[in-house]
Amino acid sequence: MLTKKAAVAAGAGRRLRNAAARIVGQTMDRRAFLKRSGLGVGAGAIATQLPYNLIGSAEAANTAEKRTGSGNEEVRRTICTHCSVGCAADAVVKNGVWVRQEAVFDSPINLGAHCAKGAALREHGHGEHRLKYPMKLVDGKYQKISWEQALNEVGDRLLKIREESGPDATYWIGSSKHNNEQAYLLRKFVSFWGTNNCDHQARICHSTTVAGVANTWGYGAMTNSYNDMQNAKAALYIGSNAAEAHPVSMLHLLHAKENGCKVVVVDPRFTRTAAKGDYYVRIRSGTDIPFIWGMLYHIFQNGWEDKAYIQARVYGLDKVKEEVMKWTPDKVTEVTGIPEEQVFKTAEILAKNRPSTVVWCMGQTQHTVGNANVRAMCILQLVLGNVGVSGGGTNIFRGHDNVQGATDVGPNPDSLPGYYGLAAGSWKHWASVWGVDYEWIKGRYVSQAMMEKSGITVSRWIDGVLENNELIDQDSNLRAVVYWGHAPNSQTRGAEMVEAMMKLDTLVVIDPYPSATAAMAAMVRKDGVYLLPASTQFETYGSCTASNRSIQWREKVIEPLFESKPDHTIMYAFAKKFGFADELVKNIKLEKDAQGWDEPNIEDILREINRGTWTIGYTGQSPERLKLHMKNMHTFDVKTLKAVGGPCDGEYFGLPWPCFGTPEMKHPGTPNLYDTSKHVMDGGGNFRANFGVERNGESLLAEDGSASKGADLQMGYPEFDHVLLKKLGWWDELTEAEKVAAEGKNWKTDPSGGIIRVAMKNHGCHPFGNAKARALVWNFPDPVPLHREPIYSPRPDLVEKYPTHDDKMAFWRLPTLYKSLQTKVKDISREYPLVMTSGRLVEYEGGGEETRSNPWLAELQQEMFCEVNPKDANDQGIRNGDYMWVESPTKARLKVRAQVTPRVGPGTVFLPFHFSGWWQGEDMLKYYPDGAAPIVRGEAINTATTYGYDPVTMMQETKTTLCRVMKA
Amino acid sequence: MGRMKFLCDAERCIECNGCVTACKNENEVPWGVNRRRVVTMNDGVPGERSISVACMHCSDAPCMAVCPTNCFYKTEEGVVLHDKDLCIGCGYCFFACPFGAPQFPNGPAAFGDRGKMDKCTFCAGGPEETGSKAEYEKYGSNRIAEGKLPACAEMCSTKALLAGDSSTVSDIFRDRVLRRGKGLEAWGWMTAYGSGDQQREQKREREGQK
Repeated sequence: MLTKKAAVAAGAGRRLRNAAARIVGQTMDRRAFLKRSGLGVGAGAIATQLPYNLIGSAEAANTAEKRTGSGNEEVRRTICTHCSVGCAADAVVKNGVWVRQEAVFDSPINLGAHCAKGAALREHGHGEHRLKYPMKLVDGKYQKISWEQALNEVGDRLLKIREESGPDATYWIGSSKHNNEQAYLLRKFVSFWGTNNCDHQARICHSTTVAGVANTWGYGAMTNSYNDMQNAKAALYIGSNAAEAHPVSMLHLLHAKENGCKVVVVDPRFTRTAAKGDYYVRIRSGTDIPFIWGMLYHIFQNGWEDKAYIQARVYGLDKVKEEVMKWTPDKVTEVTGIPEEQVFKTAEILAKNRPSTVVWCMGQTQHTVGNANVRAMCILQLVLGNVGVSGGGTNIFRGHDNVQGATDVGPNPDSLPGYYGLAAGSWKHWASVWGVDYEWIKGRYVSQAMMEKSGITVSRWIDGVLENNELIDQDSNLRAVVYWGHAPNSQTRGAEMVEAMMKLDTLVVIDPYPSATAAMAAMVRKDGVYLLPASTQFETYGSCTASNRSIQWREKVIEPLFESKPDHTIMYAFAKKFGFADELVKNIKLEKDAQGWDEPNIEDILREINRGTWTIGYTGQSPERLKLHMKNMHTFDVKTLKAVGGPCDGEYFGLPWPCFGTPEMKHPGTPNLYDTSKHVMDGGGNFRANFGVERNGESLLAEDGSASKGADLQMGYPEFDHVLLKKLGWWDELTEAEKVAAEGKNWKTDPSGGIIRVAMKNHGCHPFGNAKARALVWNFPDPVPLHREPIYSPRPDLVEKYPTHDDKMAFWRLPTLYKSLQTKVKDISREYPLVMTSGRLVEYEGGGEETRSNPWLAELQQEMFCEVNPKDANDQGIRNGDYMWVESPTKARLKVRAQVTPRVGPGTVFLPFHFSGWWQGEDMLKYYPDGAAPIVRGEAINTATTYGYDPVTMMQETKTTLCRVMKA
Repeated sequence: MGRMKFLCDAERCIECNGCVTACKNENEVPWGVNRRRVVTMNDGVPGERSISVACMHCSDAPCMAVCPTNCFYKTEEGVVLHDKDLCIGCGYCFFACPFGAPQFPNGPAAFGDRGKMDKCTFCAGGPEETGSKAEYEKYGSNRIAEGKLPACAEMCSTKALLAGDSSTVSDIFRDRVLRRGKGLEAWGWMTAYGSGDQQREQKREREGQK
C-alpha cells in the first residue's frame, strides 16, 4: 500500500534515494543508459540492477500471485511477430495464461523497446476475434465442423482435383509468418504433393530486392543491420517509412542522428520518418531511377566516386556511367519533379558524410521497374564505396517477422530451400538431405519439365484461374487454392480476385484470422470454402530470421488456443491424408500433443535445414547455439552485435547468416556482408563469385590485393569445389570421411562441410569465391537500370519517351502485359488524374485482420481513410472528415474518409493497405464467420489497384497507379 | 525515494503509439479510456513533432486543488493518485488539468453519469493493498512496488518517453540536448513541475549528500 499524502517518511526516503543514486552512479554505463533510459528511481533503480530473472521470480511472482490466484509462474522469451526488426519480449505465464508482458532490456536489437504492435502482443493470449474451430461454407453461411470432417473433406477434394487435373491445378500460398521450420516444411510438403505452385508474402514485398541485390553481389538480403546504422554518418531513406513500418529501427537511427548522422528522406509523402529527417525531398511516385541517376551524375561530375574501390571490386560500371550521364539535371527535374539543387544536395550529403547508408522498402520494390530500382541503389552504394563497410551498406528493411527466413528456406515457386533453384542437381541435393528417393519425388510431379519449371506467383494466382487455358504454361488452370497464412487484400486487382474465387472448385484458408478471405469468398460463393484454425507463433516454438539475418528462437508461450493447431502439425495431418507422411518426416521425430495429434519436432526440422542449406550459411545455427544466444542476450554489444566474453564470446547475435559450416566449426555469423576488413572466421567476406569467372574476355574476379583480411589467396578466386581444392593442394586437409563425401562436389553440395572448413578455417578464404559486384546484370531485361514510366502513368508525354517493356509470354507460367496495356491506357490520366499510392500505418500489419482484431490497436485507427492534398480536395469539394469515393481505372470504387493534408503533394493521394471488410461502399460483416470478424473494417485499397508486374520477379505494382476522387 | 517524473522528448517521439498500447496491455484499460495519448503538432508538414501525454504527476497538481471530495493524494515518490471509492465523477479535475489526463469510462455524459475518474497512475497502483486483485482491477499494475518503471516508458520504441527519478531523467535529456545542440524545450515540464521545482530538488539532494 502506498502512503497517503503528508505521511511521507522523508528521512527514510532520502536515504534510499541517495543509496539508489550511488548505485546508479557507479553502474550507469553507456549501455545501461541506452537500455533503460529513465532508469534510476528509488527502489526501482536498485532492483533493475539485479539480473532480470531475479526480479521475475522474487517480486513479480508475488504480485501476480495475488492478482490471479496461486499457481506456477514462468517467463518465456518470444519475438514480436509484427515486423522484421525482431524485438524480443518476455511473456509471463501463469497456469497456462499469458498474464503479463515485460520488456527485454537485454535484447541488443530492441533494448526493451516496442511500437504499438509490439507493446500489444499479449492480446494474442486472448484472441477473442479468432477463428475458433474448423468451419465450412454451407449455402452461403459458415458452419462449425470437426477437425476430422475438415481434414477428410478438404483432403478428398484436393486429391480428386489432383487425380482429375494434376498436382499443378492446386495453389499453395504459404506464409512469412510461419517460423523457419514451418516455412521449410511447407516447401517440402508442396514438393511431395508434386507442384511448384507455392509462394508467400516475399513475392509482393521484396522479391525484386532479393533478385536485384543477389544478382548484383551475391546475396539478396540486408547487407548490414539496424544496429550498424548507429555507425552511419548519413542515411538516405527512399521508399521507406521506417517510423511507421519499422519503428524500433528508429531507436538506432535517432541515436546515430544525435551523433551527427545526416538523415535524408525521399518520398512522395512527407512521412513520419521525414518528420525525423534533416532533409526531405518530394519525388513523383515511380521515378526513383532518374533521381538516383541524377545523384550519380553529380557524383561523377564532382569526382566523388571511390575510384580505387570501383577498380578493385566493381564490374561493368562504364556502361552504367554512359546511361547516367544522359540524365542531365533538366531531364531529372522534368521526370521526377525534383529541383536540381535538391538532387545535388542529397548527393553531396551522401558523398561527404561517409560511410553513408541507404534504406529502402516497398516504395522501391513494388513497381514494374522494381528490380531495376534496387539495382540502381546498389550501384549508388558501390560508386560511393559504401558496401562491405560498417555504417554503410544497403539496409533493406524486410516486412514480416520471418519474411527473410521464409524467403531463405520457405515456399518459393522458383527454388528449393536455400536458393538452390529447381535444377535436377538441386533436387538431388535436397532429396538426399530429406532421405527420400529423387525418382520418387519426380514421380509425384507431372514430369521432370514441370518439376524444374518455376510455378505461378502469389501476385498472379488469380490469372492462373481466370486466364485462357491455351495461354497458360501448365496443363490445367488452377482449381484449388490454399491460403495458408496470407491475406487476400495484400494482392492487387481485388475486383478480379473475387471472380477468381468464384470460379475455384475449392478454397481452403488455414490461419488464426482467416476472415478477410472468408468474407470475400462468402460474398460470391455458396459452398466449397473451408476455414481451418491455425495457431499463432506464440502457441508454438521455433526460429525466425530478422531483417539483419539474425536468427532468434521463440519459446512456446501458451498452448494453442481454442481448437487451433500449429501449422506444422496441420501439414503432417494432411501429409497423412495424402499418403506421404513418412517421407515428410523421415529425419524428424514426432511427438503427441495434448489431443493426441502428431507434431513434428521443430528442433529436428531445424537440424535438417542445417544439414542442407550450405549456400547461404544456414548450417551453423543449430537449435542449441540459437538458444544459448537467447539466454545470453546481455553479453552482446549493441553497436557491433558481437558477444564480449561469456559463452557466446566472439559470436554475432543470432548468428546472422551466412553462418558457414557445421555448428561445430563455430563460425560466428556475418554481421555485415562483404566486409573485407575482417577475417572470414570473424564474419568477414567479399563479393560472391556466382556469375562465372570472366565475360567477353574481361575477368569478373576481384583485383589482386582485394580479399578479406588474412585470406591465403589475396586475389580474386572462383568458388570452391573438389577440383579447386585439389589444385591448391589443400585436398589432403580433409579427413578421410570428408574426402568421401566431398568427392565430385562443390562447397554447396558437400554434405560433410569439409570443403568449407578447409577453405575458411585453414586458409581464411571465402567458399563462394571472391569476385566483383556487377553494376551490369546482363541476364536481366535491363542490364543497366533504365527509367520506364509506370503502366498507369500520369504523364502521357513521358510514356512516349520512356515506354515500358514488351509483353511477355509464358512468364512464370502466364502471359504478362506491358506495352500493349500501357499504350491502351496512355491517356487515361485525363479521366483519372491523380496518382494513387499506398503504405503502412504503425498500428497495423499486412492485410491487417490480425491487428484489426486486437482492441488495443483497433481503438487507435478506427477508419479507413485517404490522404488528399488541400488543393485536390478543394477542387472536388471534399472536406476533411467527409466520406469520399476513390475510383481507379478498373472502375472499382472505395468509400473512405477524407484526410485533407499537405502530407501528400497535389496530384497524389495515399491510402493505407491494412484494411478489408468493406466492399465498394458496403460493410461485409454479414459474410464473416460468426464471432471471427475483426473489430475494425474498411475498404481494401487493393480492391481498386491495377495491373502491372516486375519483368523479373512478377512483383505487383502497388505504388503508382491512377485514380479520381469525389465527394461521397 | 526519488521524485518521479515523465518527460517526452519531441525530437525522438515518432508517434508510434507504443506507449498507448503498453498502458492498455499492462493495466487492461478498457476501450474508450486512454490514460495516455500521443499528440501531434504540425501534422504532415516540416516541423511535425509528436508528444506522448498522460498525467504528469504535477508538483502542485491542480486536480488535487479542485477535487471536492479530496480523493487525490501524493505518494512519497511524488506520484499523484486518487481513491476511486471517494471519486464522485464530477469532472472538476478534468477541467483543471492542463494535460487532459483525467478520463471517464462513460465519456462526456451528464453529471453523475460519467463514472469514476481514471487516469495514469505512473504504474503505481492505488490505495488498495499493494499487489492485490482489488488494486489491479481498480487502478491497474503497481510496477513501482515491484521495482519497475511505468510500462509506457519501459517500452517506448525510441526511448523518447522517459520516466523515473527527476534528476536521472533530466540528466539523460540534457545529455541528448547537448549532443544534438537543439530541442531544449522539454514539453510540459514547466507546466507540470514549475521552474523552481528542479532547483529545489537539486538543493535537497545536495543537502542529503552532506
